[in-house]
Formats: sequence, structure tokens, C-alpha cells
Amino acid sequence: MAYTEEELKKELETKEYEYGFYTDIESDTLPKGLNEDIVIAISKKKEEPDWMTQWRLEAFRAWQEMKEPEWANVKYKKPDFQDISYYSAPNKKPKYNSLDEVDPELLDTFKKLGISVDEQKKLAGVAVDIVMDSVSVATTFKKTLAEKGIIFCSISEAIQEHPELVKKYIGTVVPKKDNFYAALNSAVFSDGSFCYIPKGVRCPMELSTYFRINQAGTGQFERTLVIAEEGSYVSYLEGCTAPMRDENQLHAAVVELIALDNAEIKYSTVQNWFPGNKEGKGGVYNFVTKRGLCEKNAKISWTQVETGSAVTWKYPSCILKGDHSIGEFYSIAVTNNYQQADTGTKMIHLGKNTRSTIISKGISAGHSQNSYRGLVQVNSRAENARNFSQCDSLLMGNECGAHTFPYIEVKNKTAQIEHEATTSKIGEDQIFYCNQRGIDTEKAIALIVNGFSKEVLNKLPMEFAVEAQKLLEISLEGSVG
Amino acid sequence: MLKIKNLHASIDDKKILKGINLEVNAGEVHAIMGPNGSGKSTLASVIAGKEEFEIKKGSISMEGEDLEELAPEERAHKGIFLSFQYPVEIPGVSVTNFIKTAINESRKARGMEDMPANEMLKLIREKSQMLDIDRKFLSRSLNEGFSGGEKKRNEIFQMAVMEPKLAILDETDSGLDIDALRIVADGVNKLRSKDKAIIVITHYQRLLEYIVPDYVHVLHDGKIVKSGTKELALELEEKGYDWLKQEAAV
Repeated sequence: MAYTEEELKKELETKEYEYGFYTDIESDTLPKGLNEDIVIAISKKKEEPDWMTQWRLEAFRAWQEMKEPEWANVKYKKPDFQDISYYSAPNKKPKYNSLDEVDPELLDTFKKLGISVDEQKKLAGVAVDIVMDSVSVATTFKKTLAEKGIIFCSISEAIQEHPELVKKYIGTVVPKKDNFYAALNSAVFSDGSFCYIPKGVRCPMELSTYFRINQAGTGQFERTLVIAEEGSYVSYLEGCTAPMRDENQLHAAVVELIALDNAEIKYSTVQNWFPGNKEGKGGVYNFVTKRGLCEKNAKISWTQVETGSAVTWKYPSCILKGDHSIGEFYSIAVTNNYQQADTGTKMIHLGKNTRSTIISKGISAGHSQNSYRGLVQVNSRAENARNFSQCDSLLMGNECGAHTFPYIEVKNKTAQIEHEATTSKIGEDQIFYCNQRGIDTEKAIALIVNGFSKEVLNKLPMEFAVEAQKLLEISLEGSVG
Repeated sequence: MLKIKNLHASIDDKKILKGINLEVNAGEVHAIMGPNGSGKSTLASVIAGKEEFEIKKGSISMEGEDLEELAPEERAHKGIFLSFQYPVEIPGVSVTNFIKTAINESRKARGMEDMPANEMLKLIREKSQMLDIDRKFLSRSLNEGFSGGEKKRNEIFQMAVMEPKLAILDETDSGLDIDALRIVADGVNKLRSKDKAIIVITHYQRLLEYIVPDYVHVLHDGKIVKSGTKELALELEEKGYDWLKQEAAV
């Protein structure tokens, strides 16, 4: 059974204050800059056990020795890491008193997405009657899920309540020294989600972080850990189609998925962070490390719709460790105006008879640059590994770029690897054909783009797919003169 | 219905249409014939509003309204339909989805609600039967991997569903075998009515055996050099276009 927004809201209205929760805000802001004291302070604020503090410190020391990667096909001004405040609690005070004060352009987008007025207020940071903070939502879910033994809570809570699980799994898929941004995240992560599905349990609803991001300052350094025990199943939705504006320019999240024997994790993301304005000013830098580990017969599917951020650096990957395990990556990345995206996946075949599928759809418009970067690696012991990759690029206009960087490393002769790539352009002839049938240019582009993205859109859970489709249309509005 | 007066049109400063006069009334079927490069397809594109073509002189009006300022989709909303000589492919968009979008966009322009799903289904089923179109065909991506004949049949299918006031068939017969030609022509003939008009652009007389025109015009070097009734088409078939070219040159 899927949990609809309406149902959840209703439930929250009635239980409004039952799970009332707030943190002591005044004392929850740390000065700018990063050093060991700050890392210790963050850990202290979160009342973490000593092992967690030490873990963070190790990550910090490793990070200090690391260099910011430069291999991605993106250009941006490197952030000054000493000019960032690494811990600031959500601002409880609403940014605006009424919707009239909110940027009309933003409201217009909300309307197009069909977001209710209450929701609009919440997303824009306007004071609302119903307070839906992350913990109360998580708690509501928790109750429904508790009967099945499923744990779904914030990572901070998990560190307190389920330290044995966190300690056992955190950093096992994305080691704290994995890369520059992952190390940074490991040292300073502020919050994120934790999810645990017990053996043999099918999670009865789509677990969603949708309701967790209503707070201002969503968490610059989010950390997510999903553990699916043997034979379990979970579908996890992350993100939100509504445009997220954030003062934090740098976002460096880490997501780790662990699918034990015969388990399946479906992880869907819709990312719509502020991409900067039409001239390319502002916008979020999104440097994310996402990786999943598949044990025997396990399956992990990543599905992502990326339309936001000024710079995206993101490669949701699968380590196919167990025999017969399956990894999938379905992606739509849209860039418009001056956005830059370097995104793709890594499929690491370690076990026998492992299979992976990659379907990547890149859509570039305006002056944007859209790169697919993907690695398919077949280890020497991975007998009969199979991969199918398809990378399609769609260009709109003459100023944008689409790039494909496939890396294939095969060390076992029994492997079967297929790679297909196409590049096409939305042609004037296609537009005219649609126009002649009474479809205006804006709608024609939406139709063509949705057709192009269909294979990936189909992989999204139903409600998400409809929203994502609208989001694609909005992201590309005005991109063809 | 359609009035074209002294129409001159160019593409990249190359003059293609050099003074076309044509009047098409409701209920009539006009055939436009002529050798390659005479401007037949350009005429169709200009009526439909393709932007590459620039109208240098003259006018086109539909039911008294000047078309020049109207966007292609607005002309479509007024009931102008062009069956393309080379229909484009739109991957991932099914025939049904495309038709649904086209119908609802046109309805929206007329201030109507979306067509109810059951009505849409019924309409599509009815017209696909009329044109002997397999149901599997409807879920395929628009024109992607279609044979030449399938593309043409799909054009006429769309025309049947959209029920335009003025249909322009640009070389609809090319690429069709005799059976497909008969089906397509039957489909077109069923759409003939006293309040609709059809312009058939063709190279050969063959199609006109099935879709019998009221008038035949011969286009040469951007002008209509001869007009007549269906017998003119037969004469052309027999003599070719050369005698007309010579006549025009005099």
C-alpha cells in the first residue's frame, strides 16, 4: 500500500503535537571553519558515542590529506572550506509571514507542479499552522512500520537508538576515505536518514524523505544508510519535485545501501536544487557519493531524475559482490541555462553471474554541459558477468553540450558487455510536425522529451513519475526560442 | 474556404512560389500536379505555416481570416491539416498518445475540456478499423521504424481522427503499394463532405483514379500554368509535363 501525501497530512493534523519535538536552537550554531575541534563539537552536539567521534576524526584527518577532484567535466569556483559553517540547526523562525512575500516565479512553478497552498508555504519557508518537522514524520511512519520491525528514522536517532547497526554498517560501502567529498561528509555530516528492513520483510509502503526536507537548511552534509536484511524488500524515495532553494551552496551527501542475500532495494531520487539563475549566477553544488552493495542474489536499482543544481557530480553505483546479484541504474539528467552535470554510475562485477543494466538519458539545453560518466568493471573471478549500457543524449539548441565517457574494464573472458549510445537533437521538423497537429512548441518539446525519457520515467513509482514528468517540462520551459 | 491571391514565397532568398492564385471551396477536392521542383510541397508548407518560408507578396486566407500572422498550431486549430510527405519520427511517443495530445490541444484552443477517455478510445478504435490499422500499431512510437506505407497510412489515420476542414495531402501516394493506396483513398473518400475541402498534391495520376478531384491544377516554376477538371490529369499522364512547360515558356 502506498502512503499518499493526503493520508499522511491527515494523520499529522490529528497527531499534531503528540510527537512534538524541537531542538534548542540558540545553542546550535557553530562558527565558520573546519578543524578537529569543530568535528568534536558537532559530535558532542549530537551526543554521539565516542566511537562515532573517533570515526569522524579519522575521516577529517584523511580529508585534510586529500585533494578536491578535478577530473569531472565541470568548471566552478572551488568552495572555501574554511568559510562554511558546518553545523547550524534548522532555522525555526519562518522566513516569510505570508506567500505574498515569496518570489512570484517560485510560486508559479509550485502552481504548475500542482502543489497545494499549504505545501507551497511550507516549501517556501512561510509560517504554517501544521508543523511537519522531520522527526514527527519519521515517528508517524515508525509507528506504522514498527509492527513489521522496520526502522526508519534520522541517522542521529539511529546512532543513539541502534548504535550496533550503525557501527556495523556505516562506512562499509562508502569508506570514510573513499573520496574528498565522502571524507568531508564523514567528518561533518549533520543528519540524514536511516532505514533497516528485517529479514524476509517486504516494506509495505514507499519510504519517502519527501516530508523531511521542509526545514530550512536541509542538511548540507546528509548521510543516508539503508540496510535490507536477507530476503527483504524496500522502495525508497528521496527528494522532492518542488524547487529547493538553499543558502548552502555546497552539498555533499553520502548514501550507502546494503542489500544482503536475496534482498532488493529500489532507490529513487528526484533532485531539483536551485540551479542558479538564467545567467548562471548562484545555484547549488551537488557533490554526492551514492553506492550500494549487493550480496548473493540481491538487487539494487538506482533511478534518478536530476534537474536541479548548478553543478552536479554524482555516480550512484553498485558493487555486485554476491553471485547472481543485479545492479540497475536508470537516469534522466536535464541541464538548462548554465547548468553542468557530470553524472553516471559504476557497476563493479565481483560475483559470478552478476548482471547490470545502465540506461542514461541526458537532456541538454541553453548553454549547459551534460556528461555521462560510467564505469563497468568485471573482476577476474566474475564468471559470466553481463552488462547492458545505453546512453542517449538529446540536445536542444546550438549552445549546449552532451558528452559521454564510458569506461569498460573487463578481466574475465566470459563477460558480455554491450554499450549503445545515441545523440539526437530536437529538430525543427519535429516541432513543426507537432505544431501542424495543433500542439504548440512548449508542449511539443515536453512531448518529445517525455518520449525520450520514457524508459526511465517508467521505472519511477507512479506518483513520483507524474511529478517528474511535469518537472521535466518546467525545467526546459523557454529553452527553444 | 481557402483563398490564395498572388502568393510569392521564398526560402533563403530563393524564390519558389511566384504568384499563385487558388480558391478552394467547401466540398471540393483539388488536385495539384506538377514536375519535381515546381513548388508543390512548398505551397503545402506555406499554407501550413512553416516558418522557413517567407511570404514576399500576396495573401492566404481561410474563411476570410488572413493566415499570415497565425502560428502553425493556430492554423491547425482552425482546421487545416497537412498530411506530410515525410512524416517525422518521435521516439517514445506512441501513436495513441500523440493523437490524444493533438486532439486535446486543439480542443483546449477552442475552449473545450479534454476529450473523455472512453470517447477518445471509441474514436480511435472506429477510425483505426476504417483504415484497417492493427491495434498493435497504435502503441508503437510515432513513425519510428514504420515502413513508408505505414507512415502514410498513419497520416491519414490522424486526419480521420482530427476531422479537419481543409486537408492537404502531400504526395500521400508515394511509397504505397496498390492495396495500401486503395485503403488510404477509401479513407480519404469517406471524409469527403459538403463542408470539407481537400487538396491532393501528387506527381502521378494514379491516386486520382481513387480520389477523384473536382479540379486539377498544374504547377510549374512556382505558378499554376493550367487548371481544368479531372480529364486534365489524364492528359498529363499521357503527354507528360513537357508540353505545358513549353506552353508556359511562350
